[in-house]
Amino acid sequence: MGRMLRMTGIGKSFPGARVLSDVDLDVAAGEVHALIGENGAGKSTLMKILAGVHRPDEGTIELQGKAVEFGHPIDARRAGVSIIYQELTLLPERTVAENVFLGREPARRGLVDREAMEKATALLMDELGEFSFGPRDLVARLSVAQQQVVEIVKALSVDARIVVMDEPTAALAEHEVELLYRLVRQLSERGIAVLYISHRLREIFELADRVTVLKDGAKVATVPIDQLTTADLVRMMVGRDVTDYYPARATREAGDVLLKVSGGGNDRLDGIDLELRAGEIVGVAGLQGAGRTELAKALFGAEPFSRGEMTPKRPRSVQEGIAAGFGLVTEDRKSEGLALHQSVRDNALLVARTRGQRSGAKVLDLLKRVRLAPPSPEKEVRLLSGGNQQKVVLAKWLTVAPKVLLFDEPTRGVDVGAKASIHELVRELAEDGMAVLMISSELPELIGMSDRIVVLRDGRIAGHLPANPSEEAVMHLAAGS
Amino acid sequence: MTQHIATLWAKRPTPRGLAVDSPARPVFLALGLMLVVGWLLFTIDGGQFFSQANIVGIQQRSAALGIVAVGQTLAILAGSLDLSVAFLISLSSLIAAETMAEYGVLAGIGATLVVSAVVGLVNGLVITRLKVHAFIATLGVALIIKGVLESRYDGPAGHVPESFQRIGFDRIGPVPVSALLWLAIAVAAWFLLSRTTLGYRIFAVGGDPEVARLSGVRTDRVIVTTHVLCSLAAGAAGLLLAARLGAGAPTVGTDGGYDLESVAAVVLGGTALAGGRGGVAGTVGGVLLLAVLDSSFNQLEINSFAKDVVRGVVLVAALAVYARRRYAR
Repeated sequence: MGRMLRMTGIGKSFPGARVLSDVDLDVAAGEVHALIGENGAGKSTLMKILAGVHRPDEGTIELQGKAVEFGHPIDARRAGVSIIYQELTLLPERTVAENVFLGREPARRGLVDREAMEKATALLMDELGEFSFGPRDLVARLSVAQQQVVEIVKALSVDARIVVMDEPTAALAEHEVELLYRLVRQLSERGIAVLYISHRLREIFELADRVTVLKDGAKVATVPIDQLTTADLVRMMVGRDVTDYYPARATREAGDVLLKVSGGGNDRLDGIDLELRAGEIVGVAGLQGAGRTELAKALFGAEPFSRGEMTPKRPRSVQEGIAAGFGLVTEDRKSEGLALHQSVRDNALLVARTRGQRSGAKVLDLLKRVRLAPPSPEKEVRLLSGGNQQKVVLAKWLTVAPKVLLFDEPTRGVDVGAKASIHELVRELAEDGMAVLMISSELPELIGMSDRIVVLRDGRIAGHLPANPSEEAVMHLAAGS
Repeated sequence: MTQHIATLWAKRPTPRGLAVDSPARPVFLALGLMLVVGWLLFTIDGGQFFSQANIVGIQQRSAALGIVAVGQTLAILAGSLDLSVAFLISLSSLIAAETMAEYGVLAGIGATLVVSAVVGLVNGLVITRLKVHAFIATLGVALIIKGVLESRYDGPAGHVPESFQRIGFDRIGPVPVSALLWLAIAVAAWFLLSRTTLGYRIFAVGGDPEVARLSGVRTDRVIVTTHVLCSLAAGAAGLLLAARLGAGAPTVGTDGGYDLESVAAVVLGGTALAGGRGGVAGTVGGVLLLAVLDSSFNQLEINSFAKDVVRGVVLVAALAVYARRRYAR
């Protein structure tokens, strides 16, 4: 296989911070090359340099042996570099074909040849597989996984030589990940180099040929994946041994029943029977659309149950939910959990009502308790890493001392080091007598953390599992196979 | 496998135009309903809704607003907005009437369109180069035009030749020439939006300027172009009003409330105020809806305050319906 990309001695500084120094990366044609590292290790800067968003201060980029310089993202795209960002860059109100050919519609004298455009899109889709949507569908109607297909079709249509994927599975449910794997393999079979950025080590072992690890802006190593174990990778990333991924389970019997639902339902859920006890972590598994987020929101009062019995009294609004002792750490912290342009302190006080809850000393204590590092209350939240943002969300809930904390994907977009500390925190809160309900699409996390697991399917409870079930057992219930 | 996609592809039309889930559909349903209501009201009142006089009246009333609103649709779809159209219409009517009186009809039309295009260019450049929000940029330009109007004119001026006045009053059967002009401009805008690369890029820029930019669309150029087109539409409306009045008038644009009314017609037609979604068909429906509402009020001789209250309610209700529809998706 020929060499596709070679980046040599790449260095980049932003005002006040050196983000990359002397990083080398080379990727062969048809290779799936994983790029990993903790948040702040420099992965996204390196990717943006390749994408033409940033210019490197030092170093050179060669594509298929030719030196290139990208002054604008368009230059990079024309040279055959396609980036699939975590936040997909599609126009929801336009069709699939219109998105694929955005900015370079086939046209004669300014008139778009719609048919040619749709046909070309259909052909590219056919090459990739069978899909339940077509070139004329509006992107707004598609699931995240389908939208990724559109992005990949777009990359193929510009004849990309390198496709960079930034955390492509972050928003996918377990069964959709399979489709993505298949697409990645297809790209590599066509001789396209794939640069795959992910926090999920399992995916890297599944897909990658080689892996490059970055730490603090420098390259640690590039190693063929079959010479590594998970422990090796983690050690390379965090620079220490992380022997036990998950904190030990509950040491004592679960306490009083803090929440009891029987026959709970609304337009998305039905027949929910559930009990949560003080001190336990109950995991919620299910495929995307099974009603996991809806369950959390129903308990919390954001999308209330319309029927069924519940103790404490069924909340009809968020205000009632909070008053009844519920807290919800939402799936999307940026739009649902935090006011990004406000300070850590303001965010931590978002739900606090009484003067006692709002006192400055207490806020500082809470920030320390959630291990926010450094615990600087005046910093704007948008400047924090994903892990630290999540800790601020937690601090926000701790001001009102909830009895039941609901976590929806608590470690999404959080790096390995911060993940472990969030896991410890969650366990600690349970030990302190809270009841915890935790939704996660990452099965190892769900299995590692939960004292027992509830599996949802089509808005109903498909079954209960004790601590430490096999992944197969969970999937079996979730998929109903 | 090819067949699989091909069948899907053939079966599903893009949800635009008047398809079930097109954004313009509710306004046409509302228009249909309003026609029935109008007809009932007229009948109860002893009038005839579908009389030639009333049908012609509705079209006459709509034409000027309709032309401006088509231009406004382009600006709004691109994620922008033009609040200077009302004063520009007044200015255009004066330039048209004064130039026509001196140099003839063609010179008048030419001068009006050139000045309009320049105003649009200024709007577009202030928004894209100086990075001033469209709301403020076009409001500023509106104030500048207002100042010019107030210092130079204190009443109607110029004279429009008979030959050109006919554009304002002639009709072919029940269809006034002014309505045909509106139709032509609307069809041209529809063609632009649905068939040309510029149209595709207007949707892209309005949908997400960053996505458009990263796809190689020159977003600034698109925004400037839509503002030039929007101002040209306002200029055309000014010409039409000058033809009706036989002269230019410094308050004809603001009296008609063409700035906010055109925005209202656009959003009534289902175009998103934030841009990127909607189209001309909905705007035409929105304009007709407002006109039918007006004609019913006139027939019933309702006072103008009550009229405004009802129009306000209709506008807010329409947007609430759109918000629900989007939420349901």
